[in-house]
Amino acid sequence: MTTATTHDDAHDDHGPAKGLMRWVTTTNHKDIGTLYLWLAFIMLLTGGSMAMVIRAELFQPGLQFVQPEFFNQMTTLHGLIMVFGAIMPAFVGLANWLIPMMIGAPDMALPRMNNWSFWILPFAFTMLASTLLMEGGAPAFGWTFYAPLSTTFAPESTDYFIFAVHLMGISSVMGAINVIATILNMRAPGMTLMKMPLFVWTWLITAYLLIAVMPVLAGVVTMMLTDRHFGTSFFDAAGGGDPVMFQHIFWFFGHPEVYIMILPAFGIISAIIPTFARKQLFGYSSMVYATASIAILSFMVWAHHMFTVGMPVAGELYFMYATILISVPTGVKVFNWVTTMWKGSMTFETPMLWALGFIVMFTIGGFSGLMLGVAPVDTQYHDTYFVVAHFHYVLVTGALYSIIAAFYYWVPKWTGNMYNETHGKIHFWWSTISVNVLFFPQHFVGLAGMPRRIPDYSLQFAEFNAISSIGGFAFGLAQIFFLYIIIKTIKGGKKATDKVWEGATGLEFEALPSPPPYHSFNTAPEIK
Amino acid sequence: MTFNKMSGRLPATITSVLSMLFVSSAQAEYALNMTKGVTPISREIYGLHMIVFWICVVIGVLVFAAMAWSIFHHRKSRGAEAANFHESTTIEIIWTVAPLIILIAIAIPATGTLLDLEDAETSADINVQVTGIQWKWKYNYLDEGVEFISSLAQSSRDVVKDPTGNENYLLEVDEPIVLPINKKVRFLFGSDDVIHAWWVPELAVKQDAVPGYINDSWAIIEEPGTYRGQCAELCGKDHGFMPIVVEAVTEAEYEKWIVAKKAEAAAVAASASQEWSMQDLLAKGETVYQTNCAACHGPTGAGILGVFPAMTNSAVVTGDVEGHTDVVMNGRSGTQMAAYKTQLSDVDLAAVITFERNSFGNSMGDTVQPSTIKNAR
Repeated sequence: MTTATTHDDAHDDHGPAKGLMRWVTTTNHKDIGTLYLWLAFIMLLTGGSMAMVIRAELFQPGLQFVQPEFFNQMTTLHGLIMVFGAIMPAFVGLANWLIPMMIGAPDMALPRMNNWSFWILPFAFTMLASTLLMEGGAPAFGWTFYAPLSTTFAPESTDYFIFAVHLMGISSVMGAINVIATILNMRAPGMTLMKMPLFVWTWLITAYLLIAVMPVLAGVVTMMLTDRHFGTSFFDAAGGGDPVMFQHIFWFFGHPEVYIMILPAFGIISAIIPTFARKQLFGYSSMVYATASIAILSFMVWAHHMFTVGMPVAGELYFMYATILISVPTGVKVFNWVTTMWKGSMTFETPMLWALGFIVMFTIGGFSGLMLGVAPVDTQYHDTYFVVAHFHYVLVTGALYSIIAAFYYWVPKWTGNMYNETHGKIHFWWSTISVNVLFFPQHFVGLAGMPRRIPDYSLQFAEFNAISSIGGFAFGLAQIFFLYIIIKTIKGGKKATDKVWEGATGLEFEALPSPPPYHSFNTAPEIK
Repeated sequence: MTFNKMSGRLPATITSVLSMLFVSSAQAEYALNMTKGVTPISREIYGLHMIVFWICVVIGVLVFAAMAWSIFHHRKSRGAEAANFHESTTIEIIWTVAPLIILIAIAIPATGTLLDLEDAETSADINVQVTGIQWKWKYNYLDEGVEFISSLAQSSRDVVKDPTGNENYLLEVDEPIVLPINKKVRFLFGSDDVIHAWWVPELAVKQDAVPGYINDSWAIIEEPGTYRGQCAELCGKDHGFMPIVVEAVTEAEYEKWIVAKKAEAAAVAASASQEWSMQDLLAKGETVYQTNCAACHGPTGAGILGVFPAMTNSAVVTGDVEGHTDVVMNGRSGTQMAAYKTQLSDVDLAAVITFERNSFGNSMGDTVQPSTIKNAR
């Protein structure tokens, strides 16, 4: 960045401000990305410690540590915090860091809104967590908060939950607007849409999903609020309302939401596999089309979460067909990744290990998803630990694995320091073995008849639950080790080269030094 | 050298792992896989489950084998040079169309099973209304006029701290639902409060009980036996403590049971017109309290601060009898306090109100008679 010294405008070369106010007032995409990532990590540990409470209680039959009402508060907050606090902010953090660097822009298009959309979140989660200290306890109706359990039968603290969800929704929508405005307006000359890295593509599509469904979530919690306090009966059968309508509205948000949590992961994996296979991504355009197809289909399958709610048979048939159809574009992605590896020249640095772990275990989660989509069989799977196993395979070994892969892949670029390769590999194998010990047995107890969201279970499920808990504790501990790796890498380490990886491609690796300057591109790079 | 050693040992390892799996699955098959169940539908569902499972296994083996082959052979450390191909319309069409064909192959039998599953109306022999109530089930045999409530057995409640050795822990009820074999039983599901789901795996019946709705499902049980299930939809604090027990018996035994149930109901009705002593009311009241009230108000009447009021020195319990009776019978709208007049008999209500007024440190000294409750209805 030699141009800065000859420039009149002092704005262009300033570095970050000093002290705490740097983080409060920052409009810099890198600073805000860092804030998002740290928030996500803190939330991961918070939601994770709740999971530890859950696994401790489920370690053996009987009630040893917590009472059922507190157990239900733990499952509820664990779900909400992991979905809205860990996975989603982590992806927004990655988007902030990477999208401007990948498309050759100096920053995000709407930097002040960017600051605001982040700083809403700590308040939202403080408000949500504060419900634990309230009389009557925190919300205890599951992260899906089905009415009327969440309206007529809910604790007082539910109103704080409603406003926390409102804040998270506002933050997400602002983040999404920013991503769309940046991608559509600030690409470097020559960066046509079909030349964008897949991470940018998947985030563009994700942002549209967010804008489409977050208002639906806001709507459903507002209807809850008026049911609770202002005499409406949207979800109260006694007043002419309909509790099943709650589920239709919730899942119209909820199903696209699960794709919001996995599409950016597809983008990350599509960046990492070609780098370490030293071979161009196979089927770039079919990847783009597959992502778009998944996004469109995600709006048309919501009621597969409701096969036992009592739908007309025609509805069940439609939702079954549409649901299993999603496995086609998802399959295309997996085939493309495997074919990218085929006849490549592969090495297995830490990011590649996490990406390969993603492909294998996400595919396992995809298989159980296909099984769950078959409506008559879902009669037996629905609301059991088989479902718990399914969505943890796609969200933990899927979404979370991709985020960790992204950390190892881009952190040398962000900080200019290489992480310790041995530590990274230990982190991977430790996590991967323990996460399978944790979640794989849950398929068995689910098939054998253990319902989800129960604090206690009959004796026949004891062995697998004990195994699962041991895996859970080990997996939790592995993420403390991850914290150590993160801090150590930020503080120092072997210097990374500008390209970082031998096979790396893209503007962030080919046109910027490691670490990149505070403002990435003062003049737009040329894309050939 | 080391690799040769490993590959020599590999078949033996695989065999021992497989035999371990096989032995353990033979010993405890229920613990690894879905039950085949005892109804025509449950067997169809099991078959479909296994078909889809094996399809997934075959696809998984193919994909992961290709990955493993590539990881092993196409690695830089073995001197692999990267090829240059990055698209092929033919191959992409193939792997879009092939899964589509597999999906159609799954969808055809799945459609058939779903249509069978949903056909509850046709020629049902017995109609049972099942009502979910926090946290118990009410069964109403619509053709017989037999009605009762089924709650978690006290034997499970007593050992909740350490259930070791308690067979059927959390899967035992005070009054099971009795059904005849080889008859088409139609279940009609509803709820008095939140959404519950009635699930018995061996019957392959899982249906939500939604307030304001009547859902249905059906089963033809082909083997006599005891089949256990649980509520499957989160319904509040004691969601994990509302089991289901189905006793499937021969038709003759079922008829006998119906007659006995009707006689029991007649006896209860008769006892309601008698004058009850304080002692009898207290004894009966304690059982009713522990089964119906203790889940919220606590086994010792302590309640939960800020959520469920305590019994001791409660303004309602130590207030006048009419007010107390009204709360128990009609509930409190806008709170979780249910209207117990639809769940409990005159005797049960009289007993539990008397019990509450004279226990947990309360000593009002008055009794409530079943006849008073009858008049208050």
